[in-house]
Amino acid sequence: MTAAIEVRAVEKRFGNVGIIRDLNLSVAQGERHAIIGPNGAGKSTTFNLISGHIKPTSGEVRLNGDVISGLRPFEINRRGLSRSFQVTNVFARMSVWENVRCAVLWATGHRYAFWKNVDSLSEVRERTAQILDDIHLTHRRDVPAGLLTYAEQRELEIGITIAGGATVVMLDEPTAGMSHAETERAVSLIRRLTEGKTLVIVEHDMSVVFGLADRISVLVYGHIIASGTPEEIRRDPKVKEAYLGEEAH
Amino acid sequence: MLELIVISTLNGLLFGMLLFLLSSGLTVIFSMMGVLNFAHASFYMLGAFFGYQLTKWIGFWPALLLAPLLVGAIGMAVERYGLRNTHKHGHVAELLLTFGLAFAIEEIVAMMWGRSPVDYRVPALLDFPAFTIFSTNYPAYKIFMLAVSILIFIVLLTVLKRTRVGLIVQAALTHPHMVGHLGHNVGRIFMLVFGVGSALAGIAGVIAGPALVTQSDMAAALGPILFVVIVFGGLGSLPGAFIASLVIGLIQTFAVALNGSLASAFGPLDPSAGPSVLTDIWNVTIAQVAPIVPYLLLVIILIVRPMGLMGTRET
Amino acid sequence: MNAKMTSTPTSKIVDTTVGDGLRFYGIWLAGIAVLIVLPLIFSSGGSLTSFSLIGIAIVFALSYNILLGQTGLLSFGHAVHYGLGGFAACHMMNAVVSHGWPIPLPFIPLFGGLGGLAFALVIGWVMTKRAGTVFSMISLGIAELVASSSLILRSVFGGESGISTDRTSLPKILGLSFGPQLQVYYLIAFWLVISAIAMYALTRTPLGRISNAVRDNPERVQFIGYDPHVVRYIAFCFAGFFAGVAGGLAAINFEIANAAYLGAIQSGLVLFSTFIGGVAFFFGPILGAILVTYLQLGLTSVTGVWQLYFGIIFIGIVMLSPGGIAGLIMMHRPLVRAGTLPTVIPSYLLAAVPTLALACGVILTIESIARTHSGQGSPINLFGVAFSPASPVTWASAAILVAGGFFVARLSWRRVGEAWDRATTIARDRGYLA
Ligand SMILES: Nc1ncnc2c1ncn2[C@@H]1O[C@H](COP(=O)(O)OP(=O)(O)O)[C@@H](O)[C@H]1O
Ligand SMILES: [Mg+2]
Repeated sequence: MTAAIEVRAVEKRFGNVGIIRDLNLSVAQGERHAIIGPNGAGKSTTFNLISGHIKPTSGEVRLNGDVISGLRPFEINRRGLSRSFQVTNVFARMSVWENVRCAVLWATGHRYAFWKNVDSLSEVRERTAQILDDIHLTHRRDVPAGLLTYAEQRELEIGITIAGGATVVMLDEPTAGMSHAETERAVSLIRRLTEGKTLVIVEHDMSVVFGLADRISVLVYGHIIASGTPEEIRRDPKVKEAYLGEEAH
Repeated sequence: MLELIVISTLNGLLFGMLLFLLSSGLTVIFSMMGVLNFAHASFYMLGAFFGYQLTKWIGFWPALLLAPLLVGAIGMAVERYGLRNTHKHGHVAELLLTFGLAFAIEEIVAMMWGRSPVDYRVPALLDFPAFTIFSTNYPAYKIFMLAVSILIFIVLLTVLKRTRVGLIVQAALTHPHMVGHLGHNVGRIFMLVFGVGSALAGIAGVIAGPALVTQSDMAAALGPILFVVIVFGGLGSLPGAFIASLVIGLIQTFAVALNGSLASAFGPLDPSAGPSVLTDIWNVTIAQVAPIVPYLLLVIILIVRPMGLMGTRET
Repeated sequence: MNAKMTSTPTSKIVDTTVGDGLRFYGIWLAGIAVLIVLPLIFSSGGSLTSFSLIGIAIVFALSYNILLGQTGLLSFGHAVHYGLGGFAACHMMNAVVSHGWPIPLPFIPLFGGLGGLAFALVIGWVMTKRAGTVFSMISLGIAELVASSSLILRSVFGGESGISTDRTSLPKILGLSFGPQLQVYYLIAFWLVISAIAMYALTRTPLGRISNAVRDNPERVQFIGYDPHVVRYIAFCFAGFFAGVAGGLAAINFEIANAAYLGAIQSGLVLFSTFIGGVAFFFGPILGAILVTYLQLGLTSVTGVWQLYFGIIFIGIVMLSPGGIAGLIMMHRPLVRAGTLPTVIPSYLLAAVPTLALACGVILTIESIARTHSGQGSPINLFGVAFSPASPVTWASAAILVAGGFFVARLSWRRVGEAWDRATTIARDRGYLA
């Protein structure tokens, strides 16, 4: 079976600075893959490269076997890859309900339609309601997203990301800045919502990473120094030296 | 023909340098503050009218100094009491504020000085022909204008390269998102930059007033061309603004000077065809087309190279 | 603000009831009823002309809000589509007459719309490539291009004098000649209702919702499958179409189209109307168009510098209430529901006095300067008191009103702020506010 995501020899330079060097990464179908590494290692940049936010200087990215590097973000999204952002990135002046519904529209085939009443599309309505229920925001459905609490915005961010029904979901530090209790809730949410999907997650909390991931890749200075099961990663001497040796972030 | 080329080149350079006096300030303000100052051309107009009024009261030379200072002070007040309070509502609100200001300034000028041109004369000291090419006298005042704008250009360049504020401005031009990290004095730097930018527009107004027409609609006439210049040059690029200013200055001056039309080049169309779009285009002279040339350039550059001549930024 | 919001209880904001649906249709039906009976109550020629102009202005402002309010595109050249719509309508009317086509007048605004749409289709793709400030500048450049070209292409635009037409010589429908202004008014009202319903419906479609998303966050939209460029382009075309309809109505009303239709002033006016009315609510531009047209018609006869007052009102709204009039009204909705509105009213009344004094001072200042400079020196009539523009008494009163009004107004508006805070806190506790 072809890998869900296949990153081959990707380089990214900003000006003269090589931020990503010879990046190789393979994520199998249905796998939960965690990317860990110190701040500034290039994790978010890797997400940007895969999701089409920025283009690689060289190298290639494949989604389910097809080359997607060079495509625009919406083209990649339409092929079934969806991502969240480390810094909350929602539609601030629109209600929670509208936020999620917008994320449902393309996937339900309504595209740029200007001849349909959006309120009467029952599939859209049901799916939106289901997702609001999943992310526990039903009671906040008419509140503008910009007025939500931080933790609520992070949950909405996840909701928008999974709303389109993408088969490959990438979450960039979904629990950053959350309290312990909020993190636990978010993790069980993620576990439930990505059931049967491919998940790539950046996470700093090691207990979360080792509890959730099937495989882990360790990114240091834009290069993956180790990739394997949690057990293999725990034992890997390079990882111990470069990352786990120092205080975990 | 040669005469026309020499004179038009001189006039074109002059117009281009004037445009640069305006577009440089506009570019720097836009890069640092993210605000496109719609009222920038209005500051130019205020410069011209202040210059005219002060010349009447205290003479041209003191006016040349005082009018830009006044305009600069107004600019600083606009930044301090207007834009700074509007900033929290976003760039659209800021742009709208400067749009409203431009509108109000035009109306105030019309109220104070009327809507017809005022009699803003070249100072007697400079009212003589500098030299004669073929049969045309080239006025000394225009040479003076060229000298002033080149002098300011050099001063600006030195300030940018040698002073602390200049370095900050340069950094802002290349890394606009870093401006927020300037620290506690960011407000004062913004006010200063806005004031200097407005004062530069004011100088352009004072010296251009006597040579061009000083009238309450001069800002509305120049403003759109200014925007073309900075989009054409590439938003946020000073070298781009410089090249675009000269290019547009020259092209427009030459276009105004040329009287040819397709009809004069290829002979008139068959008169029995009657009036149509084709006859309109066939008979229009290049001079008549001159006002739309900058906008045609704008459309072309947008299709060919959307980020402008020297621009690097997408938005 | 944020700290207060963490513990919002399950709120009553959620309720959407049958009552809301009834009220929704009720408002539309009431609007239509007003349009029908208005000319029966105010039947003078002057009022009919005013109502016609206001109707046109509403269609135009609503079309502008498809760009500004819905999609976040600030255009400085929207009148281009209005003007081209006007010219298209005039040419169509003349063609109908000369070719004897069986097209009656009520269909003409449709061709105006197509004129506005055609230009949007052609130029829109390049223009909407980028949003924000760049779009604004380009819209201004394109507007100048079209306005200048219109003077060159005399065969199409008729030069300085424009293209004139005769609306009464088209084929008759239902026996209507459309000579009398009353019939023209009903024609405009008809198209106003159709256009308003269509534009409202547009906001309720997938495209309309995604336009809002593009306005709020064009980057994120790309990651939910949409190309923001396409969204902006389609929205731009719709705005162009309805602006063209408005232009077509204007052409019918005036029986002429000229270069002023597509000029900067017309573009500025629609921006003023829309923004003053409020871009965040569908009815905002309607209020704005009514107010601005009314002021425009009313002020011209009272003062020579009415445009300056527009500028000042506009700057005031941008700085003090960016939500416009509609925003101000809707701010009070939670207070009305929570029943705390009466607690802020007294502070409003208190603040109104110095604010009015300040406004009078500003008006006195402007009018005395304007009348002194224009050399006519006619007395300024303010609430029945006549001030001579050249008299020191006038200047002194103006100075006292401005300075005194300003300071007292500042103090009293601070009181309003406090009353407002108390009222909203209660409304929030009662669950009417997020
Ligand atoms: N657009 C950009 N231009 C220049 N440098 C960038 C850009 N984006 C990221 N970087 C740099 O790339 C490095 C990696 O950043 P990032 O991917 O955000 O790290 P991480 O997510 O692992 O913390 C950082 O040093 C950052 O400054
Ligand atoms: Mg990161």
